[in-house]
Amino acid sequence: MRYIEPAIITEAVKKITISAGCDLEPDILEGLLKARDRETSPLAKNILELFLINADVASREKIPVCQDTGVAVVFVELGRDVHVNGDLNEAVQLGILEGYEEGYLRKSVCDPITRVNTGTNTPAVIHIEFVPGEEIKIFMLPKGCGSENMSGLTMLPPSAGLQGMVDFVVSLVVVAGPNPCPPLLIGVGMGGTFEKAALLAKKALTRSLGTPNSRQDVAGLEEEILQKINDKGCGVQGLGGINTALAVHVEVFPSHIASLPVAVNIQCHAHRHKEVVI
Amino acid sequence: MSLLRCKPVFLDDLKEVRLPFEEGVPESLHAGDLVSLSGILYTGRDQTHRRMMDLLDSGKPLPVDLAGHLLYYVGPSPARPGQVIGAAGPTTSYRMDTYTPRLLELGLKATMGKGARSQVVQEAMQKQKCIYLAAFGGAGAYLSRCITKAEIVAFEDAGPEALYKFTVEGFPAVVINDVHGRDYYEMVREGRST
Repeated sequence: MRYIEPAIITEAVKKITISAGCDLEPDILEGLLKARDRETSPLAKNILELFLINADVASREKIPVCQDTGVAVVFVELGRDVHVNGDLNEAVQLGILEGYEEGYLRKSVCDPITRVNTGTNTPAVIHIEFVPGEEIKIFMLPKGCGSENMSGLTMLPPSAGLQGMVDFVVSLVVVAGPNPCPPLLIGVGMGGTFEKAALLAKKALTRSLGTPNSRQDVAGLEEEILQKINDKGCGVQGLGGINTALAVHVEVFPSHIASLPVAVNIQCHAHRHKEVVI
Repeated sequence: MSLLRCKPVFLDDLKEVRLPFEEGVPESLHAGDLVSLSGILYTGRDQTHRRMMDLLDSGKPLPVDLAGHLLYYVGPSPARPGQVIGAAGPTTSYRMDTYTPRLLELGLKATMGKGARSQVVQEAMQKQKCIYLAAFGGAGAYLSRCITKAEIVAFEDAGPEALYKFTVEGFPAVVINDVHGRDYYEMVREGRST
């Protein structure tokens, strides 16, 4: 058994919160570079170049990549042989609070009824999972809501099949148009139950950009959906070209014999994420 | 190592537009025009609009006269010491659709955000000879460098939703809706863009 002080968790969360806001990770930078290189529309190519310049300015001058520094979504993998000498949830929330304050990140969380800002960007949305081992892995995903608002979920009849699932994802992205800041990363959760599908769709965004699902049939679906989305012509920022989406990540889970839940979580090109292992 | 090979070409090839608008300027711009904005603009997003509507509902004047101005949908991140403002890219515009016609009636000449406007807003814009522009979403760090001065004019307690007065210099944007009723997003979708 390993014992960890909550202050260590708070400090680690604070650090990745600040860094996530201003420094894009290599997977998304590479995705944007590749998109720029293959883009056929001159305007879209130039806008992709602008996004790369933006990432450079953000990182050098410590200005957030995007002013919407998001609601903090945190995935915690807690080793079974770790004991936190205190409250894990509180430790993470405090790290988020301190990170948003010290990192000059925008506080965007408010009460849903009164719309009054909580002033701290907390509470964060925290998902805790138990895994073997003595470590704590924390994945931080500050989620902007221009893209989050365009997400959706449907409970398809099993007869709708793969075609129904593909059509739902593609039509959702088409309807979203320029709103979620394309080029996008599309997270899809297929199967499970109502809430499991939504969580899988969010979890799909934590996979390194463009890494295919290890199941070959699922990876094939990812390719097919990506192609169909990019054939629709919305393009970068809704201004045309072949890069409406950079990647589609699909996660699957067995479902009830009567059910085929499909959830789609849309992520913008300012795909910020950071991970730390304690 | 810098990722950059060059400055985007279009940033050198933009139509210069002064803010607030001079007479006849909104009418001279066309859907699809790339523009470079310089001068004074005001900002507002969800709560800013709600509060402006509350003022109008109770017969009070707005904190600023919007006639001839551009209203930019943005909730900036806070400035670090020594910076003018933090990241300041556009937010999605459709959330302001319900409030926009009323502000256009007060003489507001343009709005700027990202994403398409409702049919009602498009019709109101055409009637009032107003335009809608899209700024580049997700380029908030770059765009913050195009803002040379930022001051809070009203609703300071709303934090990022306060009404700011920005002075901008070479702020890039695309004209989406012009006074002739054209919608550039629709033109792109239908393959009619140039």
